[in-house]
Amino acid sequence: MNNKKKDTEEVRLMKGNEAIAHAAIRCGCDGYFGYPITPQSEIMETLMELEPWNTTGMVVLQAESETASINMVYGGAGCGKKSMTSSSSPGVSLMQEGISYLAGAELPAVIVNVMRGGPGLGTIQPSQADYFQTVKGGGHGDYKMITLAPASVQEMADHTVMAFDLAFKYLTPVMILADGVIGQMMEKVVLPPFQPRLTEEEIKIKCPWATLGKPANRKPNYIYSLQLEAEEMEDLNLRLQSRYRTIEKNEVLFEEFDCEDAEYLIVAFGTSARVCQKAVEMARAQGIKAGLLRPITLFPFPTEQISHYANQTKGMLTVEMSAGQMVEDVRLAVNGRVPVEFYGRMGGIVPSPDDVFEALKKLIVK
Amino acid sequence: MKEEIIIAGFGGQGVLSMGKILAYSGLMQGQEVSWIPSYGPEQRGGTANVTVILSDERISSPVLSTYDTAIVLNQPSLEKFESKVKPGGTLIFDGNGFKKFPTRTDINIYRIDATEYAMANNESKTMNMIILGGLLKVRPIVQVANVLKGLKKSLPDRHHHLIPMNEKAIQIGMALIKKVE
Amino acid sequence: MTTNDIINPANLVYAKPSVLNDVPMHYCPGCTHGVIHKLIGEIIGEMGFQEKTIGIAPVGCAVFAYKYLDIDWQQAAHGRAPALATAVKRLLPDRLVFTYQGDGDLAAIGTAETIHACNRGENIAIIFINNGIYGMTGGQMAPTTLHGMKSSTSPNGRTVPLNGYPLDITKLLAQLDGTCYVTRQSAHTVASVRKTKKAIQKAFENSMLGKGTSIVEVVSTCNSGWKLSPADSNTWMVENMFPAYPLGDLKDI
Repeated sequence: MNNKKKDTEEVRLMKGNEAIAHAAIRCGCDGYFGYPITPQSEIMETLMELEPWNTTGMVVLQAESETASINMVYGGAGCGKKSMTSSSSPGVSLMQEGISYLAGAELPAVIVNVMRGGPGLGTIQPSQADYFQTVKGGGHGDYKMITLAPASVQEMADHTVMAFDLAFKYLTPVMILADGVIGQMMEKVVLPPFQPRLTEEEIKIKCPWATLGKPANRKPNYIYSLQLEAEEMEDLNLRLQSRYRTIEKNEVLFEEFDCEDAEYLIVAFGTSARVCQKAVEMARAQGIKAGLLRPITLFPFPTEQISHYANQTKGMLTVEMSAGQMVEDVRLAVNGRVPVEFYGRMGGIVPSPDDVFEALKKLIVK
Repeated sequence: MKEEIIIAGFGGQGVLSMGKILAYSGLMQGQEVSWIPSYGPEQRGGTANVTVILSDERISSPVLSTYDTAIVLNQPSLEKFESKVKPGGTLIFDGNGFKKFPTRTDINIYRIDATEYAMANNESKTMNMIILGGLLKVRPIVQVANVLKGLKKSLPDRHHHLIPMNEKAIQIGMALIKKVE
Repeated sequence: MTTNDIINPANLVYAKPSVLNDVPMHYCPGCTHGVIHKLIGEIIGEMGFQEKTIGIAPVGCAVFAYKYLDIDWQQAAHGRAPALATAVKRLLPDRLVFTYQGDGDLAAIGTAETIHACNRGENIAIIFINNGIYGMTGGQMAPTTLHGMKSSTSPNGRTVPLNGYPLDITKLLAQLDGTCYVTRQSAHTVASVRKTKKAIQKAFENSMLGKGTSIVEVVSTCNSGWKLSPADSNTWMVENMFPAYPLGDLKDI
């Protein structure tokens, strides 16, 4: 959850948003396209300050809207280029069309959502209320997006690298679902090592589908998501669904704290998980056997692991900065075997460790 | 060692940068650190606060409900955070403009009239460093040498000539802070 | 001349451009799209740019443009072609990148992307087919539909109180500092087809020279949507479309 010390490398202090910008340059990102919105504008500001076009050749462009940004990402991804954008909740709502197109065209891309409270223009304060939008498909059609939920500045950097790897492995958009706390917080971070951007020759091998211009000896490449024949469209859907099952099998990530002997399990991601870890410490200090399971991937969801704990615990508490969204997936995993209660704050309020501890005692321990 | 600190005041008093200097100082002595500001329009003239945690262990929640130390630089911040200092903890306030004063008896209360001193001596740019000096006098959580190393790390080269001035401000703050009995 | 004489390669005076695929087009008989596709195919072939070209197809009748030209294509969400083209050209600066868009795509849903790509002076070419109607969805009103012109969503003719004014977006784009070449052409006569070919070629050359954004509007017919024969459509276009959208260069620097 916190910074893993890597003694040999330089430890820096920076905001989560800044860490994403640095990590993007270092992992060989080809293009960033974005539009300013609080609380994530430092991502583009840092990139513009670092001017990576002079070093790695990475393109950074401030677009006219989030709609344009996500479609620029589509254009870049269609050329096999590592392309990304970032925004916060209202801006990500505007990107949903483009995300659905990326999924339909089977393109790799990275989208960062530093969530703020909604609905509507909402607040600039942190929130986790875009869980449904992200993992249940905010755009149209049957698609899924691999979703990483960082809980520290170190993970903001690490997940940026991982998100590109997963996007190209599975040809799918990948979301980094952070929140205003993780974006604005400064912590220690060890940045990932520099990887050169792929050359066009390397892209041609890795992404034979990329539109780089058609040589005489191959058929033209088309990036599209339109299939007027229903049978062909179902074939695409079946291919996507089969890929999602593979992702569910191979890519689940989570972290556990004090779970081995836990009688009460808290499930929380991102900033909420940090708060809950402290609540678990408070509970343990009072002799209550509490534990924390933190999903790192929200899709694929750690269903199996949570199900496993339903056999061992007396009850679970899901804590989110929302009205209760991930709790539905926890309940599906538990399938009625133990009570699953919810505690959350909305609209930009971050629950305190005391709040969570009280909720744990009131709702679950009793 | 673990110190959970809130610094609160008006935007423009250097609240966020004081927190940043503390965080960098912790980094310089190999500690785990977290710095989380209130962000948004309040930075631009309203109230601002920053939570800083320095710890030998890894830090769980960067967001807290109670603090070991609160530094409050205006009346609304005193009213908001006095009750959130842990029993036995520390409250430091700059009395400039205060009409109501701290009332708790189960915490250590210190007053540092840094604003008054800075205005009288034309030192307004180092006001927050004076307060930091006061903090380090009563809560020596980081060594002054590490503060100076932290400044060197966080300031761009063109501002390094300001470091001696900041060191002096820390010394002034150490002399200025008074325990309120 | 016998049939054998006609198909004898020695007597060949004209051939399908090699970049144009030998497949039946889905366009209605009399549609202008086929002519423009052929011109683009010819130009890319003549410039030797087949390996260096990436086309961006719109949503609209030309959504299947990728089936007809033997180059790499990306098919954009409705209106977003200039955003895709921006990224492709910036990431692959030595390629020829063009969008091919209709009036609904470019001048209604994609107005922001169009204006901002032009205002940034992206080194792309925009081929804009203006037939004053939404062809693919069955003849609804477009931003460029003329005063009084009937469509399925303006069945009694377009009126200002209900629908506002026809949008001359090309004139608007000519005002932007990022555009270097803005021209309006047609493809209803042999002479006009030749002029349009020259215009598209110039737009492609400009984008390779890094001069900024080039826009070639081709005032076109939609005989199905207009509910006229192809020949009558051409006459109607000359009499009604040309006065509202006069042909010629609006900007050439």
